[in-house]
Amino acid sequence: MALPAGSLLELTPQGLYCPAAGAWIDPQQPVPRALITHAHADHARPGCGEYWAIGASETILRQRLGATINLIPVDYGALHRIGDARVSFHSAGHVLGSAQIRLEAGGESWLVSGDYKRCADPSCTPFAPVTADVFITEATFGLPIYRWQSGATVAGEILSWWQAAPERPSLLFAYAFGKAQRLLAELAAIGVAEEVLLHGAVEALMPAYREAGVVLPPTRAVSALAKGESLAGRLVIAPPSAHRSVWMKRFKQPQTAFVSGWMAVRGARRRRGYERGFVLSDHADWPGLIRSVKQSGARQVYVTHGNSDGLARYLREVEGLSAAPLAGQGGP
Amino acid sequence: MRRFAALYSALDASSGTTAKVGALAAYFDDTDAADAAWALHVLLGKQGKRLITGRRLREICLADSSLPEWLFDDCYAQVGDSAETIALLWRQLQPEAPAAPGGRDGHGNGERQETLAAEPLHRWLEELLPAAAALEGEAQAEAVRELWLGLSANELLVANKLLTGGLRVGVGPGLVLRALAQLSGLETALLQHRLMGGFSPSPQAYRHLLAPANQTEAVPSRPYPFFLASPLEDLPPGAAEDWLAEWKFDGIRGQLIRRAGQAFLWSRGEELINGAFPELIAAAACLPEGTVLDGEVLVWPQGSDRPAPFGQLQRRLGRKAPGRALLAACPAAFVAYDLLEWQGDDWRQRPLRQRRAALESLISELQQATPTPAAGLLRLSPRLPLTAWDQLEPLRQQAAAAAAEGLMLKDLDSPYRAGRRRGAWWKHKRDPYTLDAVLLYAQAGSGRRANLFTDYSFGLWDGDGRLVTFAKAYSGLDDGEITALDRWIRQHTTERFGPVRAVEPLQVFELAFEGLQQSPRHKSGLAVRFPRIRRWRHDKPAQEADTLATALALLERGPC
Ligand SMILES: [Zn+2]
Ligand SMILES: [Zn+2]
Repeated sequence: MALPAGSLLELTPQGLYCPAAGAWIDPQQPVPRALITHAHADHARPGCGEYWAIGASETILRQRLGATINLIPVDYGALHRIGDARVSFHSAGHVLGSAQIRLEAGGESWLVSGDYKRCADPSCTPFAPVTADVFITEATFGLPIYRWQSGATVAGEILSWWQAAPERPSLLFAYAFGKAQRLLAELAAIGVAEEVLLHGAVEALMPAYREAGVVLPPTRAVSALAKGESLAGRLVIAPPSAHRSVWMKRFKQPQTAFVSGWMAVRGARRRRGYERGFVLSDHADWPGLIRSVKQSGARQVYVTHGNSDGLARYLREVEGLSAAPLAGQGGP
Repeated sequence: MRRFAALYSALDASSGTTAKVGALAAYFDDTDAADAAWALHVLLGKQGKRLITGRRLREICLADSSLPEWLFDDCYAQVGDSAETIALLWRQLQPEAPAAPGGRDGHGNGERQETLAAEPLHRWLEELLPAAAALEGEAQAEAVRELWLGLSANELLVANKLLTGGLRVGVGPGLVLRALAQLSGLETALLQHRLMGGFSPSPQAYRHLLAPANQTEAVPSRPYPFFLASPLEDLPPGAAEDWLAEWKFDGIRGQLIRRAGQAFLWSRGEELINGAFPELIAAAACLPEGTVLDGEVLVWPQGSDRPAPFGQLQRRLGRKAPGRALLAACPAAFVAYDLLEWQGDDWRQRPLRQRRAALESLISELQQATPTPAAGLLRLSPRLPLTAWDQLEPLRQQAAAAAAEGLMLKDLDSPYRAGRRRGAWWKHKRDPYTLDAVLLYAQAGSGRRANLFTDYSFGLWDGDGRLVTFAKAYSGLDDGEITALDRWIRQHTTERFGPVRAVEPLQVFELAFEGLQQSPRHKSGLAVRFPRIRRWRHDKPAQEADTLATALALLERGPC
């Protein structure tokens, strides 16, 4: 569904646009002014004239979009006047430097969630509930089968999986930015101090996290290992794209696992060909989505990303809220 | 039950056979006979009984919840398995438990509620589950909720699968027996032998299964475990004369037993099939007491020089007791190729050379001494002329003409072993038939492939330039191709018929299959056996796909 004409936000081919601020939120194409919820590639794209984003994401944004981008770093909670709108960024608990963006103009306030989660995460600041008249929420895991356990519980499962295979390398596949560092931080939080080996794509993100003061175990790039150094009993974190790639050939008889919210469903794991799946997500689970919608106090909810139709229908029919899927927004 | 659920997830999570056998052995080692018997029963796939329907479980799960039916359907579409969907949702519907590490299978809630999960497996299967199934209405719902109380997601899944009779563990009986062999120090062959007579999940039966070797009493119907061939990769060692070459027939493997004045016919699936093949049981009466033959059950029309296609045998297999008309239309034969027991002695350790010689004289004497039609149903698998290895390929090329799937090569000096052991028996299949066909319809898979289009129907061109559906295939593409094709199907759907989508007839696939026969029941007039996708012919436009006429020509000529 499109947004009503004259709203504070409207949908343009480039993405969500706020005429009062003259700014797009996570635009899909180059625009003069972009407000960025977080540095994941589907939210932060190159070529914009001006980027507004949380300071903690600056290192990663420059790494990914170019060192010379015109970036205005902001703090959580600070109020900014952009054009005729008042704009503030609030912690989304998704990854380092992720934000929900709140816009206010003409007596109306809108809150754009970006990606968010409600579970504690030692690698980033927690989700901060904020109220608004209209709430645009993601729904990546918008089905009631998804309900997460704490990161500490999952880290415990991973630790016993790793320790049970002292003769084999343990290859853990996880998204390179966010999930991989959260895993490391969760492991550190339950007392892991042993060195963890990283695929180059994961290693590239580490300086930003160390700079931010996140407590992590020691890490080293797999490429920095001496030739012939034994990989038995080592824990290695790599992005899913490395699964079954040439890169993987150096590991003799590894045990493999994928860390993702999708692993809650057995079929999803088997289809991807991993032996083991650990259920850990940086997106809100079903109770987290419902709770956040309620806490926003919004009189109107729009749902985007993932199961937007289903969540909107549930909010309407069961929770009695005014809710609709937001058309024209890309997948997660 | 908790320990069995943990075993289930350990088996599910490990990929190597060593790890699986290890998990099984550890479980059985630490489990009393009453539970072990039921676990074995379930692991062997014998617990197929549905106690409660998936629909009823879903009703119980959703009652008093705020979840609408349509949302359950959405969840099911994502999960593809109703027991698993219910397991995931039921947890969702419970008030949030305080998160704390610990718990045997990693789903621990710290202080766990008093739960039936701690009850032994045999109590679940003998008592709790049947009792819940026997109830009705709210009383039943109450009983099921009590079973579910405090279970982890994995335990819920196992409980629901046991209730709906759909627990598939993904380990074959071979691995289970290897674990038990490891544990008991008995040979897997012996265990297999003891199991083939049937197994009831009682502690007595379990103890009997693992009893020391000499305590077993004879059971006249008990077959020997089958020896299975492996696909030939390289030429076997030694001289060709030391190998027996035979046709590999396209029937079902059978063991014909004559003991204690009775006859028994076993299929390889460990099933007694006396009822389906009364004429073979009658024929076995001609065999001397204490004889066991290994061979192939086929449909073989009177006077024909070759067996009928597999489809005709399938008609026989479908019937517990065939009628007179079917017996006449599809007459069965037993083609013997090995002698496992002779005059009451186990001959399996003797070399094949000796067993074969005895078998040859047994069958020829039988046909001379009792030249009845019944005795004629017991045939000898012909020995093919093979004196040098360069004769092998020409022989294989003739397999299609003999209505055989290929060749068998057996080491004449080898004993008859159990299971699939490489080295002594090789199967050398002829090349499959292949045709290039056009993708016409797609349907979402079930289970693990529930949200992908993985079941395809393919067509060939008829004489009027129309595509006629000719085969269905489910396998043969890799994960990447499946995903790419799924995306293509979604973008090129022309029509929907329920779960089935018609697509634009543009994509060509090379299909391989083992057999082809005329069939008035199929639109194309052809039935194919074991069709699978060999490759995606990105290079071929649909206009250049094969025609029904090409397929018919294959039918007459055979491949090559
Ligand atoms: Zn994200
Ligand atoms: Zn996203």
